[in-house]
Amino acid sequence: MAETKAIMLVGVGGQGTLLASRILGNVLLSAGYDVKVSEVHGMSQRGGSVVTYIKYGDKIFSPVIEKGEADIIISFEELEAARWLPYLKKGGKIITNSQQINPMPVIMGVQEYPGSLTEKIRAKGVDITAIDALTLAEKAGSSRAVNVVLMGLISKTAGFPEEAWQKALDECVPKKAIEINKKAFALGREA
Amino acid sequence: MAGLMLGNQAVARGLYEAGVEFVSSYPGTPSTEITEFASTYDKNEMYSEWAPNEKVACEAAIGASFAGRRSFCAMKHVGLNVAADPLYTASYTGVNGGFVLAVADDQGMHSSQNEQDSRNHAIGSKVPMLEPSDSGECKEFTKLAYEISEQFDTPVILRLSTRVAHSQSIVELEDRKTVRYDYTKNPRKNIMTPANAKPKHIVVEERTKKLVEYAETSPLNRVEMFDTEIGIITNGAAYQYAREALGEKASYLKLGMVNPLPVKLIKDFAAKVKKLYVVEELDDIIETHCRKIGLDPIGKELFTFIGEYSQTYLREKILGVKNEYEQLDDVIPIRPPVMCAGCPHRGVFYTLKKLGVFVSGDIGCYTLGSAAPLEAMDTTVCMGASVSGLHGFNKAMRGEYEGKAVAVIGDSTFIHSGITGLINIAYNRTNSTVLILDNSITGMTGHQNNPANGKNIYGDPAAAVDLEALCHAVGIDRVRVINPGDLAETEAAIKEELAADAPSVIICRKPCALLKTVKHKPPFKVDRDKCKSCKACMKIGCPAISMVDGKAQIDNTLCVGCGLCTQMCRFGAIQE
Repeated sequence: MAETKAIMLVGVGGQGTLLASRILGNVLLSAGYDVKVSEVHGMSQRGGSVVTYIKYGDKIFSPVIEKGEADIIISFEELEAARWLPYLKKGGKIITNSQQINPMPVIMGVQEYPGSLTEKIRAKGVDITAIDALTLAEKAGSSRAVNVVLMGLISKTAGFPEEAWQKALDECVPKKAIEINKKAFALGREA
Repeated sequence: MAGLMLGNQAVARGLYEAGVEFVSSYPGTPSTEITEFASTYDKNEMYSEWAPNEKVACEAAIGASFAGRRSFCAMKHVGLNVAADPLYTASYTGVNGGFVLAVADDQGMHSSQNEQDSRNHAIGSKVPMLEPSDSGECKEFTKLAYEISEQFDTPVILRLSTRVAHSQSIVELEDRKTVRYDYTKNPRKNIMTPANAKPKHIVVEERTKKLVEYAETSPLNRVEMFDTEIGIITNGAAYQYAREALGEKASYLKLGMVNPLPVKLIKDFAAKVKKLYVVEELDDIIETHCRKIGLDPIGKELFTFIGEYSQTYLREKILGVKNEYEQLDDVIPIRPPVMCAGCPHRGVFYTLKKLGVFVSGDIGCYTLGSAAPLEAMDTTVCMGASVSGLHGFNKAMRGEYEGKAVAVIGDSTFIHSGITGLINIAYNRTNSTVLILDNSITGMTGHQNNPANGKNIYGDPAAAVDLEALCHAVGIDRVRVINPGDLAETEAAIKEELAADAPSVIICRKPCALLKTVKHKPPFKVDRDKCKSCKACMKIGCPAISMVDGKAQIDNTLCVGCGLCTQMCRFGAIQE
């Protein structure tokens, strides 16, 4: 019996976590798993902290992931990796975009953006990889392709055939954006 | 064929397969996507529309049911309060074609102003209510709801939660079938005068008894026997959490029909287990029913009335087991939702803050005007309450606040239920000033067309409400339209209308910055030599502007070139 695996996508509203979760869900489904993907729409999408839960295995009940339960956290922004760190299972892995987006308390100068977050997380004994997904996305042709760059990166470690990812891209990405996104995926996979 | 579907998408698929021909809804998170997905089907088979509010949607669906067609409407939990009036009497008339109303509760208040439990409306209206636990059930229960509606001659409510509506799981697709009934005039069934309604109430009570019998053996309610030390009666998303938390260490009675509740089925299950729990989010409805039939389960004495449950919460409460995890010592700044860069509402709220006026707020993206640094809002209750509330505030203050109080309301919200409040302002006369923030779309729920923007749900041209003419027609003489992207114009207009000795409406018209039809300018730049670090540009709370090394800096991935910040800078440091 395949054990239940839990992946979290975390980021800032507007960064495209929903599209990334659709791609990932599509890949897992074609691999024959029972899959649940849970996301929150509405108010929090307006530049707030957003999270999507993805769980797969033989039979999934709860669609949500709680503290200490995630095998992998894919973070679209550094502060968000730190915010959601408690959700990581012991021995779990974090992949984060090194981009920093200031939240309103920092913009207003009420609080500071904490420094060296990736290093501090690593110092806790956590397996964390940081990449500059924004630069790669811009290289692919659009700063909005950060989500797909990160999907490219995770595709290396997730262990599903590349054809499944390509098929998922074809089915989930709007046609007019497919070229940029395929490029972004390739750059993420090479990173 | 099978695929991953949102719960809401699966409901739409269920509508299609059930042969539904008429769908009318008002958007509301987390219910919106049901109708959006419904509108992706061929409109000649299943027609969809956005109604001005939930009451209209519900009444339109009742009309379609009278016509002998399977009909549907969807709304969020607070929308059902608006639609409660037709629902409670449709319970008496019953249906011709099956009629199903979907309501999505928002446990955890991810995007809502309260956390009410819609099961109370099912009890109040004496209407059966089904509650799925995943997308597969969303589709199956939707189809079954139509069978129940027609078999028992009743509307049926389908209850969702944020977690079920917005989670994707696997759904098997089936074919559509056609179900139609002839229309025949039947006044005693369909005209609810007292003379007709009195005998119908007897019918409704008899119907409830029959529905209880149905609930005893319905496939909607399911027993899963494992270890009998712990027995759990549960519903909706809570079932999934309990099943994950306790696995085969407990037995389960999963109630897919949450109104009316079975008696014998529950008593039989209770007799088979040692320790009986009721695990239900929000109110203690199943628990109260258990007590009424002589059982003594563990319920709200252990579990909260507040928010969402989870597997971790239940494991801790029932088994006393906690998860371990790491966290950093750093304080992680919160990241609250904010008005988008380029949002047309920003200039209005900056001006209102500057003028220091009382702001009667409403429901929409612009409720974010209450957040720091703008903080230009005093009250927000429900859809439309900004306009009617301002009138009451001004009356009670004996006119003292008329020159320093405004209401703010979006275009869609104004159509929904702001217009009636404006009629009251004109009719019972206060010199109130109402700002209609017309961004040409229903924004917060994710860009739905509405009766004021000239497009229907399919994006086809439609009649557009002429807001200026409408305000004039209800008796407001002072109506003007301004561009809220121009701070000087906005401030002058608000000052003038506040000073006027008459009720007034200012329509602040600029489309939502996220609309695909809105052309953006390239990102603006800060000339670091000209920037005097005065932070004036920071006062508008734009997420694209921050201070870097003591000078303002604009994030070029966020800036859409709206130019509001250039009007704040006295040194010309912000340039195209």
